[in-house]
Order: sequence, then structure tokens, then C-alpha cells
Amino acid sequence: MIEINSLTKHYGRHTVVDNLSFRCKAGEVLGFLGPNGAGKSTTMKMVTGFVTPSAGSVTVCGHDIMTDGLAARRKIGYLPEGAPCYAEMTPGSFLDFIADIRALQGAERKTRLDSVIGQLHLGPVLQQSIDTLSKGFKRRVGLAQAILHDPQVLILDEPTDGLDPNQKHEVRELIHSMSADKLIVISTHVLEEVEAVCSRAIIIDNGKILADDTPHGLATQSRYHNAVRISVADGGEFDAVEAAVLALGSVDTTEADREHGSVTAIAKRDSAGMQTWHEVSSLVNNNGWNIAGLQLESGRLDEVFRQITQGERA
Amino acid sequence: MSIISTLFRRELRSYFATPVAYVFIVIFLVLMGTFTFYLGGFYEQGQADLRAFFNFHPWLYLFLVPAISMRLWAEERKSGSIELLMTLPITAWQAVLGKFLAAWAFTGIALTLTFPIWITVNYLGDPDNGAIFAAYIGSLLMAGGFLAIGSCVSAFTRNQVIAFIISIVVCFGFLLSGFPMVLDVFRNWLPQVIVDAIASLSFLTHFANISRGVIDFRDLIYFGLLIGAFLYANTIVLQWKQAD
Repeated sequence: MIEINSLTKHYGRHTVVDNLSFRCKAGEVLGFLGPNGAGKSTTMKMVTGFVTPSAGSVTVCGHDIMTDGLAARRKIGYLPEGAPCYAEMTPGSFLDFIADIRALQGAERKTRLDSVIGQLHLGPVLQQSIDTLSKGFKRRVGLAQAILHDPQVLILDEPTDGLDPNQKHEVRELIHSMSADKLIVISTHVLEEVEAVCSRAIIIDNGKILADDTPHGLATQSRYHNAVRISVADGGEFDAVEAAVLALGSVDTTEADREHGSVTAIAKRDSAGMQTWHEVSSLVNNNGWNIAGLQLESGRLDEVFRQITQGERA
Repeated sequence: MSIISTLFRRELRSYFATPVAYVFIVIFLVLMGTFTFYLGGFYEQGQADLRAFFNFHPWLYLFLVPAISMRLWAEERKSGSIELLMTLPITAWQAVLGKFLAAWAFTGIALTLTFPIWITVNYLGDPDNGAIFAAYIGSLLMAGGFLAIGSCVSAFTRNQVIAFIISIVVCFGFLLSGFPMVLDVFRNWLPQVIVDAIASLSFLTHFANISRGVIDFRDLIYFGLLIGAFLYANTIVLQWKQAD
């Protein structure tokens, strides 16, 4: 669906995107991650044809974005960073304009308009000027515009920025519901979003790909992967628990949090899957400790993200 | 074609969605009237024509047309909506043309609203209405030339004030290039052919012909080429900015 080959962008002497190559296909929800200024937005601007690459090529659904841009852009729905709109228009007239440009006609046009207005709950504000709308509504108008023609490729630059938790949840549901037959690329620095909707995550920094894996695969790189957190009940034998857990064969170290009464047993890198979990749970059973909870961790993406992006800079 | 008309309608509507259109039209009409009756001495001339009216068009356009054209691209850049526009399945030509035609139609509307002066002159005397019609066409063409220049300049920047001032300077150059004081500067070090070429670029010379009621094919070609050239430059600027 999208093929990116040696994509490069220089601004003056500064290289923003550096020889980037990857491909992705329908059915994927690709999360594009990176610190601010990593080159995420520039890459998206090049994929959508807004910025001309200094070198390299982008092919969308078989159409080269430079030589066959019109055909490529027909396949793409794009929400630019900050969801820019024509502020003096109303969402109703704005979506009509987009429908005209996208050459939607007759019954299909009406169905699509009704469907996106319903999905993004724009009904109550259709006749209000976009200028006067809240940030959340503006973002949803931008999203509506991007999905109006039911594109095969959907590129969303920070789609949930400025939305409240309920709206975020709805947008994620929307992305999820559309993902079966489309390629969806979202850029974000909200890591919970990646875990919630993405089937693949690419971490870039300084214009280079640092990691390309499933969110689960990335999480396994975390030192908290397969770690077990024991919540010791009030008045429980905190020190005894910590000492006994540390002595277990599969446990590398422990992290004690006295304030919240929890001990986290971090598994050794080479220990097998659930070994720590089994050892800790039998230990708890055998000793009859007063335990409030036991929790298996799959790994922390934010920690992996920091490790990958800061490791690069250090 | 339908893409251009879609862009055209969106643009034209956006003028009237904000006070810009109304403020512009009112000021345009007030200034037109003031210039014609006070500075032009419309009554004092005692002639049934609109020369007093059309004589001031180049100078009014010099300031008023860049006020329209400055927003064409600079505003899109400032608000970021240019990214939305240029990633839609449209070509740079369609975008440039749609915007230009909307701005031109808008000046056309403002110009049409000066019709009371035409009624006045017909009430007072028996003017040559063919010549007046020709002068209106000439005035509209000249406005198109100013707009094409302004649109191209506007594509360079995200700052409307800069677009406004630079457009005035460039348009001023095109107005003045027929004047001896400008030509004298070039005459000393350029061959006569080029000096003549510069002189022939002047808006004033071409507009003067048409406003007398003489629609010469060469004047039409001049404005057509000028508009075409600056709109073409406009698309080049857009593409160049994307690659920058």
C-alpha cells in the first residue's frame, strides 16, 4: 500500500528525515512514534505530497507521489498536524466542499456525509462557523474531512490531540473499526494510544528508524516484561516479602515502593516466559503472606521509548 | 473544470462569510465616488463621458487590489490550511486558477456596483455607452493583472502585510514603467529596443487605449499574457516552496 524508499529531507544543512525506508499494507494500523522534532510530521507531509523529498521515493497504492501525485492523493485521507480548516466556513459547508473535490455524488455522497457526521457527532454544530468551535470539535471536523471518501490509506497526524478522554476513546474505536481493509498511519507521542490501536509501531528519531515492531514486541524489550508486582496489604511483612522474592531463581532485582506498599520482581532477561509469575505465586501461597494483589506486567512502552530514543542521543 | 468551479465557489463565498467583502466594497465605492466627483471634476468637465471616473482606476487598484490578493496564499500558509488544500486531489494550476478567478469575480462585483455613475451620466447627457462598456472591460482586465501579480507575491509569504506591500511595489512598477522618469533611468544604459519593451509593459498605456473606448486586440493580449504569466509564476512558487 505504501512503499517508502530511501526517503530523505534536508532543510538547509539540517537533515530532518534521513534515508528512511519501510513498507506497510492494508489491515495495518501503523503507529509512528518519536520525540518532538524527530521527523514524524515531515515524513507524513512527504507521503501525502505536501513536501517534496530531497531524495528517495514514496509510492501509495502503486502511484508514485511525485510523478502520479493526483492518483496517489485520491487514495489518501489526510489529517494534517493541528487539523487546519477554513475557519470562516461551517462544518456543513466545509464537508460539502470536500465532497465536491472528492467527486462524491448522488446517494453515495449523502450516505458518506451522514455516516461521518454521525460517527464524529458533528450534527449539533453543522451550521456553526468552525472558528467558534472547541478544539475537540475542530479536530473532529478535520477527521471527518479525512475519512469522508472512505480512503484506502488514512494518514492521521496526532488525531487525538486536544480531545478529552471520552472523545479519545471514540476516535480510537473509530480507527479500530476502519482498520480491517485500510492502511492507517497515525503519528502520536501518546504511548497508550499505540497500545490501544496500533498493530505495528515504528519509532523514529533524528529522521532514522530506531525500532520497528508490534507494540507487544516493543514491550518485551522493557525490563518490566514478565515482571510481577506484589501489593503487600497494610501491616504485611514488607521486608520479608522483598527479601524472599529477591532470592528467587528467576528474579534479577526487586523494586520496592514503600509508599504504595508494592514490591516489583523484575525477571532475568534469560528466564522463561511466566517463570517469575509461577515462582512468586507459589512463594506467596507457601508463606501465607497477607497480600492485596498480584499483577503480571507485560512491559512498559514508555520505558522502552525512553530507552530507545535517549540511548540514541547519549 | 468542476474542481476549479468548486474551488472558485468556496473562495468567493469565503469573502462574504467575513466582513472583508463588505468593508472592501463600501470603501471601494466611496473612494471611486470621491475621486470622480472631487478630484476628477466630473461635473466641471461638462462632458457626457466617464473619463473622470476611469482615470483614477489604476491608482485606486494600486492600493485596493493588493488588499484583496494579499490573503490569497499568505492566509492559507498562516493558518496551515494550505496543507489541507494541496494534499487534496487537485493540481497547483486548479488551485491557483480557482483562487484567482474568485478574487477577480469579487473585484468584478465591486466594479459592477459602480453602475449608479453610469446611470447618472446617462441621465445627465447622452454618452457613448459602447465606449463606457469597453472602459469597464479594460478596467476589469487591469484589475485582473494587478490580482495575478498580487496572487503570485502572496504565495511567497505567510505574512499578509508583507504580501500587501510587495504587491503594491511591483504593481507600482508596472504602472510607472511607461512614464518618462522611469524610462530615462534605463535609457542611458539599455538599448532602445529594451526601453521600448519596458514602456510597452505599462498598465497605463494599455488601459489608456481601452478606456478611450478602443478595444485593441494587442491590449487584450497584453493583459491576457500578463495574467497568464503571473499565474504560471504563482504555480512555480507554490511548487518551489513545497520543495524548499
